[in-house]
Amino acid sequence: MMSSTGSGRAGPDPAVAVRDLRVERGGRPVLHGLDFAVPRGSVVGLLGPSGCGKTTLMRCVVGVQIVKGGEVTVLGEPAGSAGLRRRVGYATQSPALYADLTVRENTRYFAAVLGAPRSDADRVIGEVGLGRARDQLVGTLSGGQFSRANLAAALLGAPELLVLDEPTVGLDPVLRQELWELFRELADRGTTLLVSSHVMDEAGRTDRLLLMREGRILADGSPEALRARTGERDLEAAFLHLIAETAGSPA
Amino acid sequence: MSRSIPLSISPSITLATTRRILRQLRHDHRTIGLMVGVPTLLMILLRYVFDGPGAFDRIGPMLLGLFPFVIMFVVTSVGTLRERTSGTLERLMTLPMGKLDLLLGYALAFGLLALVQVGVALGVSLTWLDLDLTGSVWSLLLVALLNALLGVALGLLASAFARTEFQAVQFMPAFVLPQLLLCGLLVPREKMAGWLEAISNVLPLSYAMDAMRRVTAEAEFGGALARDVAVIAGCVLLSLLLGAATLRRRTG
Repeated sequence: MMSSTGSGRAGPDPAVAVRDLRVERGGRPVLHGLDFAVPRGSVVGLLGPSGCGKTTLMRCVVGVQIVKGGEVTVLGEPAGSAGLRRRVGYATQSPALYADLTVRENTRYFAAVLGAPRSDADRVIGEVGLGRARDQLVGTLSGGQFSRANLAAALLGAPELLVLDEPTVGLDPVLRQELWELFRELADRGTTLLVSSHVMDEAGRTDRLLLMREGRILADGSPEALRARTGERDLEAAFLHLIAETAGSPA
Repeated sequence: MSRSIPLSISPSITLATTRRILRQLRHDHRTIGLMVGVPTLLMILLRYVFDGPGAFDRIGPMLLGLFPFVIMFVVTSVGTLRERTSGTLERLMTLPMGKLDLLLGYALAFGLLALVQVGVALGVSLTWLDLDLTGSVWSLLLVALLNALLGVALGLLASAFARTEFQAVQFMPAFVLPQLLLCGLLVPREKMAGWLEAISNVLPLSYAMDAMRRVTAEAEFGGALARDVAVIAGCVLLSLLLGAATLRRRTG
């Protein structure tokens, strides 16, 4: 019964299906009836300027946001269901870790809460390239290391869906490259990733793009389709093209 | 809202949380030193300020009951507020962590710490300071532990109403000092005006102090002491449940 919601493009049961999602914060609407689906095993980029509602949308998918209306179905269950807490990994934009514990003590604790094997705590530290800093207090890490440690915690327990809010912000190009390779690797193993960014050059690395602006989705499709539709090579230019197009035509 | 059973408890998650909190403290030697050292120092000061065994025997044990309450209240309210503001609470709420797992994890960790705190202060008081205790050491430890848990539970509850750490620290005088004035430490409760005594009858610290007084003066673990202990334990449970109700999986 739930499989009929959302789009049929991704088969009967997409990883995330959002229908008419509306959210208000402080009495002001921030998401205006969004509809989209995230196919399983893909890397979906959520792009748009700061303040466009990316984080709010991700919070809805994880099930920590109070919503005004609409439906969010994640892995076949309503978002935020107790059964999803082991199946969805979430990394917030500002890292949520214990600053007075080491990297490894943090991942060990969250692994224990998840019921993940103890070896997972070291595995995820290796995956984000923090092996050498594993015994360092999180409070003494650099900004980039801090956000990678935060990402590591989200990878614990090998979740089926990863919701990552700006995981590459503040990282140098080499590290960003490595993380996107990791995301691709995870997707190849069947994990679905919803990754937000406000950097357009990361958009080309996704299978599918959701372009957001002011609480609405401007475009939903593969980077190639977006280039073809707008006739722009550069995705940033394509985005601008779309904004001009939406502004020009009455909604 | 949350569709999980609100009162489910997982011992392994609770214990992992206790270990995590103790580990955080292990990285913070100064806090541990203050928690364990300050009550002992105050007992020493108290002993020589009164400079006679009579008054010290009367007030000393009551303070041994008061310290864990006050200190655990402050530490817990600031600690949980930190979980809220750092985002770790929200992370935990997206994981298979029951609300009571978190609260019990805190209660266990700080309860253990309170035992060390009171144990050291009591040891020094009984040996060096010649504290004369009529009741058993174990009943005193039991009451002190319950007082610490009361501090933890009320601190958890108070932290839900604080937006900043400044506010959280202000809750200490707001929650604790009125109880301190009315608990019978300064003026015996039965000598207060009727309305004050009535208020003191519904404040948990009154029972905590009554229990400590009985441990000091009575050799037997009598019915009155058992009643006080039950009232404190009931208050701890009630505050923990109210505290659990203030933890939200979904926020605006």
